[in-house]
Amino acid sequence: MRTKRISLYILSQAAKLLTLLIAISILSFMLVSYSPIDPIRAYIGGDMLRVSPEQRANIEEYWGLNEPRVSQYLNWANSILHGDLGTSLLYRSPVAQVIAERFVASLALMAIAWLLSGIFGFILGIIAGMKKGTWIDRLIKGYCYVLSATPTFWLGLVVVIVFSVWLGWFPIGLGTPAGILEQDVSLTDYLRHLFLPALTLSIIGVANIALHTRTKLVETLNSEFIWFAKAKGEKGLKLLWRHGLRNISLPAISLQFASFGELFGGAVLTEQVFSYPGLGQAIVEAGLGGDVPLLLGIVLFSTIFVYVGNLMADILYKVIDPRIRKEWN
Amino acid sequence: MKLQQKEEPLPDLLEKDQPLLEVKDLSLSFRQYREGLRETDLQVISKLDITLYKKEIVAVVGASGSGKSLLASAILGLLPENAFLRGTINFKGKPLSPERQEHLRGEEISLIPQSVSALDPLMKTGKQVQAVIKGKNKKAVQQEIFDKVGLPSKTSNSYPFELSGGMVRRVLAATSLASSADLIIADEPTPGLDPFALKETVNYIKQLAENGKGVIFITHDIETALKIADKVAVFYAGQTVEIAKVENFCGSGENLRHPYTKALWNALPQNGFVPLPGSQPLLSEVAEGCIFHPRCPVKTDLCKKKQPESKSKNGEMVRCFYA
Ligand SMILES: Nc1ncnc2c1ncn2[C@@H]1O[C@H](COP(=O)(O)OP(=O)(O)OP(=O)(O)O)[C@@H](O)[C@H]1O
Ligand code: SF4
Ligand SMILES: [Mg+2]
Repeated sequence: MRTKRISLYILSQAAKLLTLLIAISILSFMLVSYSPIDPIRAYIGGDMLRVSPEQRANIEEYWGLNEPRVSQYLNWANSILHGDLGTSLLYRSPVAQVIAERFVASLALMAIAWLLSGIFGFILGIIAGMKKGTWIDRLIKGYCYVLSATPTFWLGLVVVIVFSVWLGWFPIGLGTPAGILEQDVSLTDYLRHLFLPALTLSIIGVANIALHTRTKLVETLNSEFIWFAKAKGEKGLKLLWRHGLRNISLPAISLQFASFGELFGGAVLTEQVFSYPGLGQAIVEAGLGGDVPLLLGIVLFSTIFVYVGNLMADILYKVIDPRIRKEWN
Repeated sequence: MKLQQKEEPLPDLLEKDQPLLEVKDLSLSFRQYREGLRETDLQVISKLDITLYKKEIVAVVGASGSGKSLLASAILGLLPENAFLRGTINFKGKPLSPERQEHLRGEEISLIPQSVSALDPLMKTGKQVQAVIKGKNKKAVQQEIFDKVGLPSKTSNSYPFELSGGMVRRVLAATSLASSADLIIADEPTPGLDPFALKETVNYIKQLAENGKGVIFITHDIETALKIADKVAVFYAGQTVEIAKVENFCGSGENLRHPYTKALWNALPQNGFVPLPGSQPLLSEVAEGCIFHPRCPVKTDLCKKKQPESKSKNGEMVRCFYA
């Protein structure tokens, strides 16, 4: 019974992801093929003037650009199914390899921001919720509202100006010091370049989780079971620990997993401001530079990334919440 | 000199005659913001009295909304933030200050709550009951009490959502049985129980009183109240209208003194099923006179103008000009 349910769950989730990927791939393929991007210009770059019309026609023929759009899509989808995402026009290397390299850099950034914003957001939310209506609550709430309304790139610029330009504590941008060979870059260098982008992304991420935790805690503290726990003589931090945290941590963790989409979106902007060589920067370059294979590859990859986050949120509920867990056994 | 002697009773009298709980002239209102920012006070309890001795069970009877649960919250010091309380509440002869209430909750005063959602949905029921047990072997003590109230032993590992309403009621009652409190406030602990479980619960509560505790038994069911209590306090629209000994509920109610109590008694199926027309007003709706006058069958002009004071005698009380 249990194995059957679990296999059914896995199957249905896989089917959902597959449908999603097909839908996204069709949509983005269409958008790209109707956009004014000229892949040949993107490929050839500055030498465009030296390409004769015949040569151009040959390339179009070779790439299959003259075929109807549907068969272009099917060709592309077919090679993806065979594990070939194509070759990046800008980087002149396989798309899969570019994504892998860039993702590692982004992952460091996103993981740090995810953890820090999660922890600090949760703590701030608890403080605000416990001190509801006091100045400290208003301060935290105000901070969160201001943050939610702050564009990421603007905050990034402020951080650069303060910490790099004025204080000079951190490098202005890039993933590694300029003019140094990759094998000579030390861990400290990596961390120093990672710090400001991660800080920016964390600051942005705090607002959502803090406000959510605050609301959830206030709601929990007003519940009848907290009232009864007080009637039983429980109070203070012990009360919060026994009955409060239990009831607010699960939704908070779930929310954090379900926010992979915003996290990725934030990373795109942050990496742009800091010229940080991650996936987010690559997607912007691919878009501006007409690198269609890379663009589509990253779109599909980020779809999977966000989907996995939501899936984890869902699974967490099923594993941890006894009310749902019982249904499964 | 004489007066002072009166105020200091002999030591052996002190123990026996001192009420466990004494509520005098309690009134309660809620501060509300209506129509924008205008602040109004909504009075929901006034002139509420109740006295409870050790080994005694006082039933509090009254229609829905008469202020029974609020009395429980007031004694525990767990009223909503916008509540404003006046009057006296003495516990063991000393006034209940907020600090004292916080200290006594769960220790000397225990509550069986009215709501079945009073248990933490994410904590096993056994653990929730163990929270009130002192000393070692919490688990064993809790298991023993679950046995006693007829809960299967696996219940302690169950989450509240796995239990029926009646089982939750028994867990809530078990919480009070497990505590070492001297005062137990049971707020409608019996709905949803089958006749057998009802009888059991009533017996445990009686046993608690025999063991020297005082019990306030809140209910809107006068029959259950008469089965269990020594005295019945009748609430109407936030006032105590009568406190009567159980023996006086007999015949056609000729020993009962307040018209509302008589009406309640005569509305019972076995006593003729005579309904009382009208419905309980909000306290704030009756501007002057006796709170019961809009429905009173024996009212006079005086009743419409003046509020009757309470008259007490031998632990009984009534609030009516003509009782
Ligand atoms: N937080 C509140 N704000 C305003 N009014 C309230 C509040 N809580 C209770 N009241 C009012 O106080 C009155 C008494 O409420 P209470 O809960 O004590 O009734 P009760 O006698 O316990 O009724 P029941 O038998 O339905 O449990 C009701 O009229 C109710 O509407
Ligand atoms: S005081 Fe008057 S109105 Fe009130 S209960 Fe007595 S007789 Fe009825
Ligand atoms: Mg009630």
